[in-house]
Amino acid sequence: MKKFLIALLCAPMLAFASGADIHLDKWRGSVKDQAALQHGAKLFVNYCLNCHGASFMRYKTLMDLGLTEQQVKDNLMFTSDKIGGLMQVAARHDDQKLWFGATPPDLTIVARARGEAGNAGAGADWLYTYLRSFYRDDDRPTGWNNTAFDNVGMPNPLWQLQGQQVLNKDSHKLELAVAGEMSQAEFDKAVSDLVSFMVWMGEPQQEYRRTLGWFVLGFLVLLFAVSYALKKEYWKDIH
Amino acid sequence: MAAGNSEKYKSDGSIAGNVLEWVDARFPATSLWKEHLSEYYAPKNFNFWYFFGSLALLVLVIQIVTGIFLVMHYKPDASLNAAGVPVAFASVEYIMRDVPGGWLIRYMHSTGASAFFIVVYLHMFRGLLYGSYRKPRELTWLFGVGIFLVLMGEAFFGYLLPWGQMSYWGAQVIVNLFGAIPFVGNDLSLLIRGDYVVGDATLNRFFSFHVIAFPLILLGLVAAHILALHETGSNNPDGIEIKANKDENGIPRDGIPFHPYYTVKDIVGVVVFLMVFSAIMFFAPEGGGYFLETPNFYPADPLKTPPHIAPVWYFTPYYSILRAMVWNFFGLDAKFWGVVAMGASVVIFAFLPWLDRSPVKSIRYRGPIAKVMITLFVICFFILGYLGTLSPSPMGELISQVCTVFYFAFFLGMPWWSRMDKFKPVPERVTMK
Repeated sequence: MKKFLIALLCAPMLAFASGADIHLDKWRGSVKDQAALQHGAKLFVNYCLNCHGASFMRYKTLMDLGLTEQQVKDNLMFTSDKIGGLMQVAARHDDQKLWFGATPPDLTIVARARGEAGNAGAGADWLYTYLRSFYRDDDRPTGWNNTAFDNVGMPNPLWQLQGQQVLNKDSHKLELAVAGEMSQAEFDKAVSDLVSFMVWMGEPQQEYRRTLGWFVLGFLVLLFAVSYALKKEYWKDIH
Repeated sequence: MAAGNSEKYKSDGSIAGNVLEWVDARFPATSLWKEHLSEYYAPKNFNFWYFFGSLALLVLVIQIVTGIFLVMHYKPDASLNAAGVPVAFASVEYIMRDVPGGWLIRYMHSTGASAFFIVVYLHMFRGLLYGSYRKPRELTWLFGVGIFLVLMGEAFFGYLLPWGQMSYWGAQVIVNLFGAIPFVGNDLSLLIRGDYVVGDATLNRFFSFHVIAFPLILLGLVAAHILALHETGSNNPDGIEIKANKDENGIPRDGIPFHPYYTVKDIVGVVVFLMVFSAIMFFAPEGGGYFLETPNFYPADPLKTPPHIAPVWYFTPYYSILRAMVWNFFGLDAKFWGVVAMGASVVIFAFLPWLDRSPVKSIRYRGPIAKVMITLFVICFFILGYLGTLSPSPMGELISQVCTVFYFAFFLGMPWWSRMDKFKPVPERVTMK
């Protein structure tokens, strides 16, 4: 009977072990780092927003990153002149479908969507890995492929910064063939900032949510003390 | 109605007193108050497990109030907006970003959905532990099973509304299940969907069911559940009838008025519950990807099937039972038997009052067989729930089949195993442990 029970308890682990997946590099950025978020926002509007929309996001929300309205207008707004406008993509969906084979997905909450059951934060790791895993592949229509997303339709938008990687067929590792504007460390930091921005953009009020949470919990602790004392007082005669 | 309740309120001359006298002459205000609160005598030995009834009521209120505010901004519309995103999906993100406090209301509602099932499962488990479903409370239990069924429907309809990938494909899978029923199946799924695929018609009718039809039924059943309970009086961890031992005034010697004793006690329970609830809502609103499934952050795309379609965690035990049936019987498809098994696994709870033949109600006075059976049942339930979140695998299938067999053996064997146990003598009066 005991053995049967142990087998029952262990069985799900076997089932769990069967899932094989790509290795993800850990994103170590933070949504509290305002400089990183500002840098990420700049990279996002320059390198992502040409093809991908962030259609749930308003430009004025970028002011939460410590920017003035004028700074947002001057540095981050290319597709709209209304600060209350949505960060929509300039290209038409039909054209994009023709160019890439599919409409590039909206990126507002992609960091959340890429999470996993049991690890909701995995989305950031995935983005951090994916954006650094492009390599030259002449068999692909765009000339690019990606080890984190095989045969992806998207070309490498950051190639000028990163340079060009190739896949070593023997070691299955990526190697830098042509240097870019940034060193590897600089590029990793830039992608990390970009991912920080995308994580923040997935839920811009997330830091406020956590802060508010501490106040609510603090209030509930006080309420617990009062309600528990009240209960004790009423119940002191019940045996 | 107990004697004494029919006395009408007499004013003490104050304005409030005069108002109450006026109302009480025209409406059973004080008699309702007495019957259900100040003179409803509940056993004094309720323990931890007895918090979950009032908590279920609390969550129901949370869901209704937050739901009212969500409906003010949510749009059940599957058509695409200018950015190419379904209007329904975009309206949820609008609530999350542009409606002041909208994110809080939405997280309360999404966390509340999971919290509802957690407290209801614990509430049902309490019934199982202490035999609360047994005579004379069978009808209370039946109303409760009704609540559970309606709650599952309510959750299922509500889950489609954000119109994410998992909303869409989950609904697609579940509605298609009805197609497995012989003869009427395909017409039935067509009737539920209102279209040949899950689409705008489906979204609109699910919205209607979710915000009007099912909440109405739910409220009616909850009222019936509480009325039936107050007719028989509450069970307790000792599983003995406190009404069997009354004092000279006709008040059970082991009973205490629900108000103020249990109102103040339940407030403590409410505060502790709200702490847990807030901790999830403010610090992990996705519930680790189980309360808000991450693929649901992608808008519904009828052309892109997700690699793995998993229902929300509270349905996964039943989903596992569905998937465990892989054999064709009597010329009928395995899928049909899966649907039958899944339906039976939920409905079978309704038969508990008549399956349980133990001479005592409470686990406290039951022997090792009952304890082992209930423990194994809980383990099976958890394993089934866990496997239901995973992609199908041969190993998982085998384990879920073993657990499914035990799940049904637990219920169907109960008339025998519940009788042949060793029992301890039941005390005359309740014990304060």
